[in-house]
Amino acid sequence: MALALIFVPILLAVLAAAMPSNRLRPWLIPVTGTAHLALTVFALTRPGLAARAAWLVLDPLGKIILLTVSALFFFCSFHAAGYLRHRAETPNRVFCFCFLAFLGLMSLVTCSHHLGLTWVAIEGTTLVTAPLIYFERTPRSIEATWKYMMVCSVGIALGLLGTFFLAYSSLHAGLDSALTLEGLLERAPQLSKPWLHASFLLLLVGYGTKMGLAPMHTWLPEAHSEAPAPVSAMLSGALLPCAFLSILRIYHICAAAGDVAFVSRPLIWIGLFSMAVACVFLVGQRDFKRMLAYSSVEHMGILAMGLGIGAPALFGTLLHVLSHGLTKGVLFLSAGNIYQAYGSKSTEQVSGAMRRLPLSGTFFLVGFFAITGSPPFGPFISEFSILNGAFDAGRYVTGGLFLFLLLAVFIGMGATVLKVVQGRASFSARNRPYRETFLSGAPIIGLLLLVSLLGLYVPEAVAALIRDAVLFLEGRP
Amino acid sequence: MTNPLNSILVAVLMLNLFLLGTTRIVSVIRTVAIQGALLGLLPLLLHEHLSPVVALTVVTTITLKGLVIPGMMLRALRDVKIKREVEPLIGLQTSVILGALGTVSALLFADRLPLAAQHTGALIVPAAIATLLAGFILLVTRFKAISQVMGYLVLENGIFIFGMLLVEAMPFVVEMGVLLDLFVGIFVICIIVNQINQAFSSTDTRRLISLKE
Repeated sequence: MALALIFVPILLAVLAAAMPSNRLRPWLIPVTGTAHLALTVFALTRPGLAARAAWLVLDPLGKIILLTVSALFFFCSFHAAGYLRHRAETPNRVFCFCFLAFLGLMSLVTCSHHLGLTWVAIEGTTLVTAPLIYFERTPRSIEATWKYMMVCSVGIALGLLGTFFLAYSSLHAGLDSALTLEGLLERAPQLSKPWLHASFLLLLVGYGTKMGLAPMHTWLPEAHSEAPAPVSAMLSGALLPCAFLSILRIYHICAAAGDVAFVSRPLIWIGLFSMAVACVFLVGQRDFKRMLAYSSVEHMGILAMGLGIGAPALFGTLLHVLSHGLTKGVLFLSAGNIYQAYGSKSTEQVSGAMRRLPLSGTFFLVGFFAITGSPPFGPFISEFSILNGAFDAGRYVTGGLFLFLLLAVFIGMGATVLKVVQGRASFSARNRPYRETFLSGAPIIGLLLLVSLLGLYVPEAVAALIRDAVLFLEGRP
Repeated sequence: MTNPLNSILVAVLMLNLFLLGTTRIVSVIRTVAIQGALLGLLPLLLHEHLSPVVALTVVTTITLKGLVIPGMMLRALRDVKIKREVEPLIGLQTSVILGALGTVSALLFADRLPLAAQHTGALIVPAAIATLLAGFILLVTRFKAISQVMGYLVLENGIFIFGMLLVEAMPFVVEMGVLLDLFVGIFVICIIVNQINQAFSSTDTRRLISLKE
């Protein structure tokens, strides 16, 4: 099953690369998205589907990330098809190949139970997303791609060193050093502590770079704001959680080794710091796609903090992966439509989006309320649950700072969003030929419905999945 | 077994310092090539008997790190027509001294990490950390895109040295995956360097400032 999830997108990517027609090729993306979502739902509803290979196991944690990736890709794939049809004159062979291979590699991250293989897959996602960010071929997008490649490569290199340290920690303890998750969890209490701690810090910095935690987030605002909308949505809602999953793996090993106290402090600090940095750059931000990118930094900070708080907040944290991913999809896709209609990302040129694009403008505003944690949307439930967890764990200062930063982000983002949606559109914007179509609007409606559903009622299947994952993480399967 | 191993690692450390002290990009690339080829020999010294897997690792590492990647970088260099690094962020002497200090502190720091019995006496951990630091210094203080890529390669070499502690433990598939990722990464980076050159008519990364906050 895991193999199908990985190889179906990869095979279709190869097919896309071989396909001669520039007009028909983009339709392979929704086909893949639908097939992958069907496979995912099938894999999630049939428990006990054992994987053939020992390195590929779909565990409860992987399932949540896989669900997020697959659901978001499903909606983004239709938007991507619309986006590419709008730019029919640009060759899209590389784009289609990389976008599909990206899905395959993310599925590999979610299934991989060998930390070396996880590293290879995460680095692979960096490589296939670089051409996606560079799709627009503007000097600014080259700059973004360059920063993305360099910063992430160095970060991921540190992740590799951390993986080596982890292997050595078991070698030093005289155990045969396999990097499989099962092996490490089983022998976690005997692992050599100095190497394990060093490994945790290196992996936190390494995969934290990829996840966009401050101060290693510098690539993120550039890459997210320059990439085409469906790519930005996938980067923010799916790729960052994949990096978070790698951090969850090492957290899991440290927890099994009885070191939760050691790991929780750096996680809480880096989480709060990321939120604070995002908050500073969100206030007075004039570029609305960049604003969304900083919002991603903020939410990755929330995830790291939630993980640091530990058991009482874990349910909320894992739910937040899903609700953040879907909400970011709403925001990035509607922001992409607004960008295409105005040809600018700056609030100096963009105003009156609600009149120029009634659908996307409204969704952008609603998405803003959702992402900042207003009821009745998904992120409200998950953020509230994390906050509850913080107070339950007796971390009043952390909880208080979290609330304060959420409020500051709400005000900061609100100013930018209102400038975009209110007022009158400029004359030049009204004369641009861009119109909303079914393909650009329907995916946003779908995502928004899911976000509202998560806010009103968390489906029992999803809740059970998350409870399983929390138990798995606490070592009580 | 330890002696030839340590001689190679000392040579690698000397090459690090040489790298930090030169501005000619061609010699930086050639030095990194020599360093990569030397590192490719390490698995030979660490295994008692030569298995086909080890032989394949050695051949792939030497070909990729010693020939293919430097060859690609030299081609990229010819395409963008530059010879020297512009004035680095910190002077050459300062970076050499920083590199030397880094080497010394790596030696001191490595003493604090507990090592398994079969690895004591070898310079693997300090050499790995010192090479990693040299790579960082190159990456941070040079401005030309190609020099920064070379810094990244040196950093990867440092991690490769550490990987030598795990030659028995790391499965072959993962090793090859790591090499493949490195190779493709450099390939993509080469393309971007060329594009930067076309778009900005320079590979000076200080020109890449339009996205600054």
